[in-house]
Amino acid sequence: MCVQTVGLLAAAIERENISTTSISLLREITSVIRPPRALFVPYKMGFPLGEPNNAPLQHQVIAAGLALLERTDVPVLENFVNNERNMNK
Amino acid sequence: MATYDDLLWSHRLFMKGYPFGYYAVDPVPCTPLGKPLSEARIALVTSAGVHLPEQTGFDHSIKGGDTSFRAIPNIVVTNTLLESHRSSGFDHTGIEADRNLAFPLDRFRELAAQGVIGELNHRHFSFMGSIVMPRKLIDETSVQVAQMLRADNVDAVFLTPA
Repeated sequence: MCVQTVGLLAAAIERENISTTSISLLREITSVIRPPRALFVPYKMGFPLGEPNNAPLQHQVIAAGLALLERTDVPVLENFVNNERNMNK
Repeated sequence: MATYDDLLWSHRLFMKGYPFGYYAVDPVPCTPLGKPLSEARIALVTSAGVHLPEQTGFDHSIKGGDTSFRAIPNIVVTNTLLESHRSSGFDHTGIEADRNLAFPLDRFRELAAQGVIGELNHRHFSFMGSIVMPRKLIDETSVQVAQMLRADNVDAVFLTPA
């Protein structure tokens, strides 16, 4: 229900003429609620920015989320791609 | 990756039957940022249920969920925040180890210091996301928070669930 709450909050804030970007942990819910901009991350519930005490990963997620702020083709629901992990493959 | 199938069976059954479409945002609002991120004032909003030790915790007994919010001052020491989210639907150990996992204030301080963002607002906001009856959230508390952020001249908000 956290994901629904975030979606509803994002919409309310955007209606006050403030840009929003949000993290989603459940694509199924975010695609229905339709907040203006959301980044779907491949992490389990309770771990929206990936891992505790992993600042580089948290920064990657945040940067990908902030990058959505320039989008006006709402609702935006993008997948987070972990570049570091891909490079290590 | 989290999907319905990763949830406890009881949560999964509930979520499958829950009328999410009833609360769909329509029309979807769109406010372009209108300025470079490096000049923008940013605030954080989370549904992870974090709050200051001296603030009253979220109320787990309210039927349908506690739709109240807590203002978190920007000067807080991030890992002194408490987490009183009631949900058994997620693993709390990550947030207990590092509040930045769901309330990334230290990361945003680093972005402000690097000039990636303009500045952080003087306050941020926290809700507890286990709200199965969100009408009061939609009509009242989300609007109150949005108006406070507007009064603070916030340009953009970064939102995180738990």
